[in-house]
Amino acid sequence: MATTITMPQLGETVTEGTVAQWLKKPGDNVEKYEAFVEVSTDKVNAEVPAPVTGTIRELLVKEGETVATGTAIAIIDEVGVASKPAPVEKEVGVGASKTPVPGETNAPSTFVPTDHPQAAAPQSNGTSHAVHNGSSEQVLRGASPAVRKLAREHHIDIATIKGSGANGRVTAEDVLQAAAMGPAAAVGQAIASGATAPISPPTAKPIPADGKSTYGEPIPGTIVPLNQARKIIAQRMVESKHNAPHAWSMVEVDVTNLWKWRTREKDAFTRDHGMSLTLLPFFIRAVVESIAVFPLMNARFVEQGIEVHKNVNIGIAIGLATNLVVPVIKNADKLSIKGLALAGGELIDKARRNKLGVDDLQGGTFTVNNNGANGSVASAPIINGGQAGIVTMEAVVKKPVVTKDDAIAIRSMMNVCLSLDHRVVDGYVASGFLADLKKRLEAMGPQGVL
Amino acid sequence: MAVASPGKIMTNVEAVRSTLYDALKRDERTVILGEDVGNRGNVFLITKGFIDEFGPERIIDTPIAEASIVGIAIGMAMEGLRPIAEIQFADFIYPAFNQIVGEAAKTRYRSNGEYTCPLVIRTPYGGGVRGALSHSVSIEALFYHVPGLKILAPSTPYDMKGLLNAAIEDPDPVLFLEHKRTYRLIKAEVPEEYYTIPIGKANVTKVGSKLTVVSYGLYAHQALDAANRLEDDGISVEVVDLRSVRPMDRGTILESVRKTRKLLIIHEDNKFGGIGAEISAMVAEEALFDLDAPIRRLAGPDVPAMGYALPLEEEFMISTERMADAMRDMVKF
Repeated sequence: MATTITMPQLGETVTEGTVAQWLKKPGDNVEKYEAFVEVSTDKVNAEVPAPVTGTIRELLVKEGETVATGTAIAIIDEVGVASKPAPVEKEVGVGASKTPVPGETNAPSTFVPTDHPQAAAPQSNGTSHAVHNGSSEQVLRGASPAVRKLAREHHIDIATIKGSGANGRVTAEDVLQAAAMGPAAAVGQAIASGATAPISPPTAKPIPADGKSTYGEPIPGTIVPLNQARKIIAQRMVESKHNAPHAWSMVEVDVTNLWKWRTREKDAFTRDHGMSLTLLPFFIRAVVESIAVFPLMNARFVEQGIEVHKNVNIGIAIGLATNLVVPVIKNADKLSIKGLALAGGELIDKARRNKLGVDDLQGGTFTVNNNGANGSVASAPIINGGQAGIVTMEAVVKKPVVTKDDAIAIRSMMNVCLSLDHRVVDGYVASGFLADLKKRLEAMGPQGVL
Repeated sequence: MAVASPGKIMTNVEAVRSTLYDALKRDERTVILGEDVGNRGNVFLITKGFIDEFGPERIIDTPIAEASIVGIAIGMAMEGLRPIAEIQFADFIYPAFNQIVGEAAKTRYRSNGEYTCPLVIRTPYGGGVRGALSHSVSIEALFYHVPGLKILAPSTPYDMKGLLNAAIEDPDPVLFLEHKRTYRLIKAEVPEEYYTIPIGKANVTKVGSKLTVVSYGLYAHQALDAANRLEDDGISVEVVDLRSVRPMDRGTILESVRKTRKLLIIHEDNKFGGIGAEISAMVAEEALFDLDAPIRRLAGPDVPAMGYALPLEEEFMISTERMADAMRDMVKF
């Protein structure tokens, strides 16, 4: 039976994809879940797993060609199903829902009626649809200790693996196979780095942490050709700056007590969790609490109006030597400071090791940028397209400060900068949000619970 | 009757006989005592002719009094002899329980090392021979709880000789279990020279990748047969013959389970509180996060005894087919 493979939808706002490289040629055999094409889309390069086992009959799209999601890109002759009754030609969107989903599936919006099937699907997203085994919870409940351990080690989401065991159970070997095929097979993977770089063979993962730079080799007197990732970054920056009239504001926050709290907790945290405790999770916690008071900061401007998101998914801007990535902590408002620290730590770790998957990068509704690490005290960030704002944490600096009772004290101060989409909110809301955020950060101290 | 000449193909019963003969020849301190070991030459003819060659002072026929057999042997061992006591069938060992557990196993401890008890207690055990209620029992679990005792259950002629020699050499009491169904069923070449096999070392009889099967005694052979059948279907199973029930070779079991991620334990003794329970607990403690399936035990049913009627005996004994099915299920899981 011939199966037509269509361009997957690899992100919620993605409408088209570019065939970066065919990993198989006509006549090649392909195993179900084996990566057979690399597609570059919005900021993400993903190796796409074959939905069936078979032989590649025809590749319908040339390398470098960009087509709309849902467009047929290849035909695979499926093995061993020709004799099945009623062999109907079927169309399979690899690792994606067939129809483009209106709005954001991750964050069902006020414009999507709640009885809309897609809105009802919790946390559904393109990549996991086709290979899902049941609910994540069910999958996890049946996962053996070995499967959990291996999935953790290889950074693979068990729910995205098709089980080969009894009753579709995911076995340890399934996890190892998914790992060997590259995270793409399980999640659909990879940061935009090196879209034009040679694709490592499936078994050659992981990509080294210092993956290809989006800047190429800057030789003076030459023009560095744009690779796909650089192109996309450029395009999105222009789009955001062009579409969203940016306004900017800044508050100064006294984080002396917060700093004390963090200092008190950090050694125990590192000992217990093997990662460092930065100010970031405290900050995100304050941000999501302020968003609860100012839901308009968690919205986006669309033609019909202002789409206020249901979920609070916080993107964390991470500047790598090679490029910028913004992985997302989903439902950040449901996490404690500790939960945020663990979730954020994992994303940062993945980013540094070039292990972020499509799932990690999509669905953001508001962005936090920890900009102070290199000493910056003020910055005017560009909003991540389709969001109402982005807020920065600048460097914590000890300063002489005039206190309420007119004394001078040395306090740890941090600037917090906000860029906002002036179409969505005005200065009144934005400054209210900033003031609320400042109040929450200053209220945090050693008496708190992580 | 001539003793089996060394270096040839032997059955398990011949391997035991020739090893005992060599021990009597080698060391004058060696004494064999038990019911019918003298004039009758043991019910399986293991000691036939020994009394003629070594005399009634070294090959001692005893009354039907197991507590005395072991008790006297303990005294011999403490005073410098190398007694090899025989319990005619493992089913009859219960009267000697106090001597074995209360005395032999504690001799070294109680005397603060002044006395040891270099005693070997041999006994045929196990079913599958229409032995019914009093000639079929497995006793290892009754004794493996006891520190100070070593329990061996070799399955092949090579291991019978090597481990029996090791047991005789050992300065402390060893319970040496011989599965009677394997006595004349299993044949293999046995080297001529004296050798020992370290006590507490399991034998990986087949290397595999999808499942670890741990067994001993008769079932070590059947498990291997079943695994070989599965190999023909392309299913790779690793088989471990425990050989030594206590001390247990934790390292070999854990190494294998960490590789295959699945563990099946097969033994004839009943399941509740059996050897498999200890192996399961040990693996759960040491290698939980390497397990990809629940540990499974295939073992005898919790019934007071093996029935004489053939269907009852067959129900008790685990067939090679049942083993293969269980292995297949676990690999598929």
